Amino acid sequence: MTDHLLEVRNLSVEFHTAGGRVKAVQDVSWHLDRGEVLAILGESGSGKSVSASAVMDLIDCPPGKITAGQILFEGRDLLQMDSNERREINGKRIAMIFQDPLSALNPVYRVGWQIEETMTIHGTPRAEARAETLELLGRVGIPDPATAVQKYPHQFSGGQRQRLMVAMALALRPDILIADEPTTALDVTVQAQILSLLEVLQKETGMGLLLITHDLGVVAETADRVVVMNGGRIVEQGTALEVYRNPKHAYTRDLIASAPGKGAMSGGVAKEGAEFLKVRGLGKKYGAFEALKDANFELMPGECLAIVGESGSGKSTLAKTLLRLEEPTAGTAFYKGRDLFAMSPKELFAIRREIQMVFQDPTQSLNPRMSAYELISEAWAIHRDILPKDRWRARVAELLDQVGLAPEHADRFPHQFSGGQRQRIAIARALALEPEIIICDEAVSALDVQVQAQVIDLLADLQKRLGLAYLFIAHDLPLVRDFADRVIVMQGGRIVEQGTVREIFDNPQETYTRNLLAASLDPDPEVQAARRAARDLASA
Amino acid sequence: MKTFIRKRAVASGLSLIGLIVLVFFLSRLTGDPTSLYLPVDASLESREQFREIHGLNDPILVQFFHYARDVLSLDFGDSIRKARPALQVVLEAFSWTLTLAAVTMLLVTVAAIIFGALAASRVGGVFDRIATFFSLIGASAPDFWIAIVAIVFFSVYLGWVPTSGTGTVWHWILPVAVLFIRPFGLILQVVRGSMISSLSSAYVKTARAKGVGPRPIIFVHALRNAMLPVITVIGDQAAGMLNGAVVVETIFGFPGVGKLMIDSILQRDFAVVLASIMVTAMAIFIMNLLIDLSYAVLDPRIRY
Repeated sequence: MTDHLLEVRNLSVEFHTAGGRVKAVQDVSWHLDRGEVLAILGESGSGKSVSASAVMDLIDCPPGKITAGQILFEGRDLLQMDSNERREINGKRIAMIFQDPLSALNPVYRVGWQIEETMTIHGTPRAEARAETLELLGRVGIPDPATAVQKYPHQFSGGQRQRLMVAMALALRPDILIADEPTTALDVTVQAQILSLLEVLQKETGMGLLLITHDLGVVAETADRVVVMNGGRIVEQGTALEVYRNPKHAYTRDLIASAPGKGAMSGGVAKEGAEFLKVRGLGKKYGAFEALKDANFELMPGECLAIVGESGSGKSTLAKTLLRLEEPTAGTAFYKGRDLFAMSPKELFAIRREIQMVFQDPTQSLNPRMSAYELISEAWAIHRDILPKDRWRARVAELLDQVGLAPEHADRFPHQFSGGQRQRIAIARALALEPEIIICDEAVSALDVQVQAQVIDLLADLQKRLGLAYLFIAHDLPLVRDFADRVIVMQGGRIVEQGTVREIFDNPQETYTRNLLAASLDPDPEVQAARRAARDLASA
Repeated sequence: MKTFIRKRAVASGLSLIGLIVLVFFLSRLTGDPTSLYLPVDASLESREQFREIHGLNDPILVQFFHYARDVLSLDFGDSIRKARPALQVVLEAFSWTLTLAAVTMLLVTVAAIIFGALAASRVGGVFDRIATFFSLIGASAPDFWIAIVAIVFFSVYLGWVPTSGTGTVWHWILPVAVLFIRPFGLILQVVRGSMISSLSSAYVKTARAKGVGPRPIIFVHALRNAMLPVITVIGDQAAGMLNGAVVVETIFGFPGVGKLMIDSILQRDFAVVLASIMVTAMAIFIMNLLIDLSYAVLDPRIRY
C-alpha cells in the first residue's frame, strides 16, 4: 500500500447520548494527498464532519468514543499519539477552518492577535509573527492590513472574516487544510471569491485540501475526488466527474436528481385581472440608513415572485414592511386595491390572515412547547370567525394531510419532527388562515437538498390547487429558476432588475445580475470546468 | 462614552432625589424621637425645648425644605445620638463596610472564577461534582446560622480567632469567611454555567484546531467571553454587601454601616438614617457605572 499524506482507515465513532449510543460514522476510509482536493459530500447528520473532527482531535471523549480505526498522518497513527503531540500537529501541519467565521473567531480579541497566536504557540517569536500576520492578511486580500490587525471580528464582513480564518489557518504553511462548509454562511459572489482564494493558495503551497460540504456545486467547482456519505457510512467515492456522471449508489443518484436548476423556466403568468399587490415607491429608513429605496412592483394572483439578492440587499426589509411588521418611511402598497399602509388596526387585523409568512428556520419560528395541533389551530383562536371549535381537529388533520404529514402527527411537538417536517408544519400553519399570499423568507434554505426539493414540490402543488401567490425570498438562484415565475433582483436596498425567470436567467441586463448568475455554482463538474476556463481566459 | 457617563449621572441624580423624598417622609411616619431620648419623667418644657432644637416643631414641609437645602451643601445635619455631624458618623462606618466588602468580594471573585472555570472544563468530573455540591450548600446556607456556629466552634471551642471586634487581622477572618460563602456559591454556579457554553463555542473549536493548550483555552479564550453574566452577579452581590451585611455585622459586633443603619432606625436618629442611605446609594451608583464600563472593556462589541 502506498503511503498517503493523510489516510483514515476503517474509522468508527460513537456518541453516548441521553437517547443511547449513536453510531456517528461506521467503517469510514478515505485518503488525501499533497496538492489534491478531496470533498466529503453529505447532508446534515450524515457524519461528514466526524472524521475531520477526529483528525483534529476535536471529538470530546466522553460523550464521543472512537471505537475502531486508524488515522495515519505521514504513516503515523494520530490516534496513538498523546494530546501534546496532537497539539504540535494541529495548526502547524494540519489546519482547519469552519462554517460560520463570525462565531469561529473569538469575538473579544483583536484579529491580529488571534492570527499571531497560531504562530506563537508553535514557537514563532512574537515580533516575527506580527510581521508575518501583516503579510498573510495582504495575501488573503484584506485591505489595509496594518489597521485590520487592530480590529475585532465584528468589524469585518462575512467574506472578510472567512479570509481572516484562512490567513490564520495558513500562517504556518500546513500540509493539509480542512475546510468544513467554508462558504455555506456566505453570499454566492463571496463564496466564489473564497473558493478561488483557496484554490490559488493551494496551488501556491501544494497543500492537500479536504473540503466538507453539502453543496454539489462546491464539489463541482473545486474537488478532484469526492466521498459521498449518508447515515454515517461512505456510500460512494471517485473523481468528481465520475460520481456526477455515473452515480452508482441510489442515494447519490437521488441527491444529484434533487439538485435544482435543471427544470423548465417560467415565462411568467398571464397578466389578467387585478393585481394582488401593487407597490409604489416603497422605502424604509433606519435612522440615516436606507434599507429599502423606491421599490416598485406588482404581484399577480397565482404568481410566484422571487426576490433575490445578497445579505443586506433589503429583501427581508421589503417583506417586513409589506406585513407591517416594520413601518415604511415612504411609498404605498395596495392589496387588492386597498392601501395597506393607511389601514386602521382593525382592518389590518382582518387583512393579516390573507397575507401569511413562512420563516427560514422552523426550529425557531415554531414554539417548542406547543404541539402541531396547537400550533396550527392557534390561528383560529385569534381569527375567530374562520372555523367553529368543534371542527378544529378535523381541519388540522386535513391540513397535515395536505402538507404531506399524517393526521396522527397532530399531538407531537416540534422536536419530534425532522427539519423538513417542521417546515411543513409552518406551511400548514400559514394555510390554516386560508391566505391569498404567502411570503416565504428563505423558507427552504435551511433544509437539505432532497428535503428542499420536496418542500418546493409541495409549495408548487399548493399554488396550483389553491391559487396562492408567493413572494419567494431566496438567495439560491437555481431554486428560483425552477420555482418562480418572475424575479426581482435587489442590491443595496434597490431593485436593480425585474422580469420573468426566462428574461432574467437567459438575458440579464444589469452587470450585477450577470455577476450574481456567474457566481452561482452548477452541480455539473464539466459545466463548472468550462466556466472556470472562460473566467481564466477573461482575466488573462 | 462620556455622554453615557453623563446620562447615567443625571438618571442616578434623579433617583437619589426621589430616594431623599421617600426616605424623609417615611422616616417621619415612624413618629417623634423625643420620647426615646428624654427620660420618661422629662418635663413638658424640656420636651418642647428638645423639639425646638431639632426643628421638630416646624410643619413637615418646612422641615423637608430645610433638610433639602442643607443636603445640597452636603450637610446632613447632626446625629441626635452621637451629637456629631451625621455624615461624619456614616462615613466612618462606611469605610469599615467598604473594606470588608472589598476584601470579601475580591477573594470571592478570584476563587469563584478559578473553581467555576475548572469545574466547567470537565463537566460531570469529580472536581465538578465536589464544586457543585459545596457551592449549592454555600449558596443556600443561612449566614446568621453559619456565623453563630463559626463563633462557637472557631472562637469559643478552638479559641483560634476572636469572637468579635475589629482590633487585628485575626478579627477579620471570621466575618470575611462567613460573608464569603454565599456569593462564592452563587458566582461559582454562574461562572460554571457561562463557561460551559463558552467552551462549547466555535471559537474554542478554532483554538483547539490551532493547537492551543487546555489552560489558555479555558483562561484566555473562553473565560473572557464568559465574564459578562458573571460581572452582573458580582455587581449584584457587592451591592448587597455595601448596603451593609446587617446580620453578619451585628453578630460580629462589626462597626459597619449596616449595623449603624439598624441602630439609627431603632433610635429614630433620622439624620444618620438619611445620610447612610445617601452614602450607600452613591456607592452603589458608582459601582454600577464601573460594572457597565467593565462590560465595554471585556467585550469590544459593547460601546456606549
